[in-house]
Amino acid sequence: MTSNKKDPVLVILQMTGAYDALNTFIPYSDPHYSDYRQVLNISPEEVLAVDDKVGFHPAMAPIKDLYDQGKVAVLQGIGYPNPIRSHFRSLDIWHTAEPKKMISDGWLGRAIRDLDPDKENILTAVNFGRGLPRALAASGVSVASVGDLSNYGVLTGIQSNEQRSEALDIFARMYAPMIGNGAVSDYLSQTGLDALRGADILSEAPNTYSSTVEYGGSPFAQWLKNIAQVHFSDFGTRILYTGVNPGTFDTHANENVSLHKLWGDVSNAIGDFYQDLKEHNANEEIVMMVFTEFGRRVQENGSGTDHGSGSVAFMIGDAVKGGLYGEYPSLEPDRLDNGDLQWNNDFRSTYATILEQWMGLDAKPILGGTYEQFDFIK
Amino acid sequence: MAENDIALMAHLMRRAGFGAQYDELETRAAKGYEVTVEELLHPDETTHGIDLDLAERYFIEWNHFIRCVPEYIAFRMVNSKSQLEEKMVLFWHGILCTADSKTQSYVASYVELEMLRRCGMGSFRDLLIEISKDPAMVYFLDNCLSHKDAINENYGRELLELFSLGVGMDGEFNYTEDDVKECARAFTGWTIANGIPAQPYGRYSSQFVFNPDDHDEGEKTFLGHTGNFNGEDIIDIIVKQPATARFISRHLYNYFVADEAQVPAWMDTPPRDIDTIKMLEDEYFRSNYNIRSMLRVLFNSDAFKEARFSRIKGPIETVIGTLRLAGDWTTPKPGFESIFEEMKHMGQEILNPPSVEGWHTGKEWIDGGTLLRRINFIADYVGDVSYPGIQELVQKLAAEGPTMSPQGLVDGCLRLLGHYEVADETHQMLVEHARKNGELPTNTKEFPQHVARMLQMIVSTKEYLYA
Repeated sequence: MTSNKKDPVLVILQMTGAYDALNTFIPYSDPHYSDYRQVLNISPEEVLAVDDKVGFHPAMAPIKDLYDQGKVAVLQGIGYPNPIRSHFRSLDIWHTAEPKKMISDGWLGRAIRDLDPDKENILTAVNFGRGLPRALAASGVSVASVGDLSNYGVLTGIQSNEQRSEALDIFARMYAPMIGNGAVSDYLSQTGLDALRGADILSEAPNTYSSTVEYGGSPFAQWLKNIAQVHFSDFGTRILYTGVNPGTFDTHANENVSLHKLWGDVSNAIGDFYQDLKEHNANEEIVMMVFTEFGRRVQENGSGTDHGSGSVAFMIGDAVKGGLYGEYPSLEPDRLDNGDLQWNNDFRSTYATILEQWMGLDAKPILGGTYEQFDFIK
Repeated sequence: MAENDIALMAHLMRRAGFGAQYDELETRAAKGYEVTVEELLHPDETTHGIDLDLAERYFIEWNHFIRCVPEYIAFRMVNSKSQLEEKMVLFWHGILCTADSKTQSYVASYVELEMLRRCGMGSFRDLLIEISKDPAMVYFLDNCLSHKDAINENYGRELLELFSLGVGMDGEFNYTEDDVKECARAFTGWTIANGIPAQPYGRYSSQFVFNPDDHDEGEKTFLGHTGNFNGEDIIDIIVKQPATARFISRHLYNYFVADEAQVPAWMDTPPRDIDTIKMLEDEYFRSNYNIRSMLRVLFNSDAFKEARFSRIKGPIETVIGTLRLAGDWTTPKPGFESIFEEMKHMGQEILNPPSVEGWHTGKEWIDGGTLLRRINFIADYVGDVSYPGIQELVQKLAAEGPTMSPQGLVDGCLRLLGHYEVADETHQMLVEHARKNGELPTNTKEFPQHVARMLQMIVSTKEYLYA
């Protein structure tokens, strides 16, 4: 664990749609690569090489830049047992850290419970996006989920202060949980009350923020800006979550054009966010994880790639010990798993490392088992 | 007229439509429940009760549907007399999903949704064939990139997983990875002419074409059947599966009756009400996969009639229902964009389901952010007495007598919102709140404001999240 001024904060960036690992972190000198990827080939000159074997997609320069500064850990060959090629189920597995059966609690939801067992801070975790990812869900845990930080509050349309405060008072009483009304009603009660309290606090965040960094216009970039605003406001938020809309990285077709644009937007936003942290002297306080739900087929389909397995994930931050972790999966035809990259490190090893070495939590009860840890946290 | 009949009609119109004002509920209740069900099942196919002529003069883009397609769809949802027809468009749009974020062609989305309107209450077999040939779908799930020698299994997989069988049923898988590949092979050659998105190719609309040269003529084994199958043969096998009957029945139940488990959990989670599901499955086979027949059985069942306020409303239902209640957007006018922003921030954007799985429903609609957005949107509408629907509601209450008691105000508002029911504790709090102003004279200029404030409190309740 590093010497932090503040409690360590985790930012999760979910790249939904399943980015193509092979063209994200590219084994450019492997002759098999150009065999499998005739149309989608990224030439060695274009690859942002980190050594003589592998390198980043050309649009990922801001992340490569951080890698060169020793702040990016690349988790090669990340995956889970018996890979499933459905977006939804696979994302569920990443969210719940449970590949064998469907469960409703998320791994971060369970972590939030441990971070704040007495529910003292309703802003322990904040999500930015449409809907709450299952990773943050756990019974009895409430997470603020914000679509638009600039207009966040209950009954904001009531102009008169007196009438609004009267309305909010009755709202609070109506959302008080009633005995014996069932789990859904309890959930709605909790959500209503937490939204009421959380909104009051959160709505202050943009007011105190100033920065020279100009984020891009995409929702993802704006949400990263919101994450910075919330972090700088010292609400005691420990987990911040955002991502791109489902299907975004689902490059079945036209991957050459779309993947370039997608990684360009995402990498720039991450680079801007890091600059913002630095400008506010907060660069040591945050570790980011960038992940996706599965890898894609090694053999291209002519203009894109279909669902596969075996992926790559990234940890980014000052507290991260940069470098390559795991092993790049072999591209030898007989060592592929049904035409897919063979994963070689369980995603729960990464989770365990984050939980124990960065967040200072006991990973075993959260993950339901013990997993070998990496040493990517300084 | 019995208030019971009006309350039941309010329930039917919330489910089989996007809600209705009190006058319409009275008129329909007078005609009778079963008559109304038949009317909903058999839309007037010429006008739908909408003055499309007038609307088209305003939305000139409607001539070619290059722009304004979400406006067009929402306008129909608000104004169509054939409410069930529009509700079925939304139902199928959430299951047989394509998203404009990929297709980037309003023309193709328009063609698809018109097809869903045309076929949405007919044979499920025909619907599956139509959707498999639908240009937006062929492009969205990449079937146009699936070739005889290089299959793209995207459509083949989602057809099985999300459009018909589901992953599994009663703990067993419904198909194998091999079935997915064989299914994809059978659909090779099902492609489109004139590319999507429209740019940079031009503005010619896209058409389905079958390319025999790119169709895999070889033998295929699918779900235990072997033959030289093409796409139609595959669909013929699919519709005969008990899993398909189960899948469609559960979707209908979740959409019209009560919140179910989410689709990915269906393999291992038994239906909430197996008797009703069985009844729908039987009707599916009895009627040769006819959706209209299934709906008739459903709406006339006790299970449906008794299932009041057991579904959390979706954002589109919430927004359209509010516009219908307020009587807004009965004629075209500018400013619809903000309405779409609302739906989007509440978690449901027309033409942009979050993925091919469609929208998750029930309590998953609600989180801190979407709850605030929803309450604020409805409260802003019902709190504005300049909307004709709200004005009328105020006048109806004022006509009940020279003064109105606190309890009378609460009960009157609940009734005119469509016989909403709230928990006793909530009711008490609302009455207590109303007591602060005592017995209200109904002929003052403050009376509408008192009604508006009570409506705002009611639409903020947990109970109002339900339909």
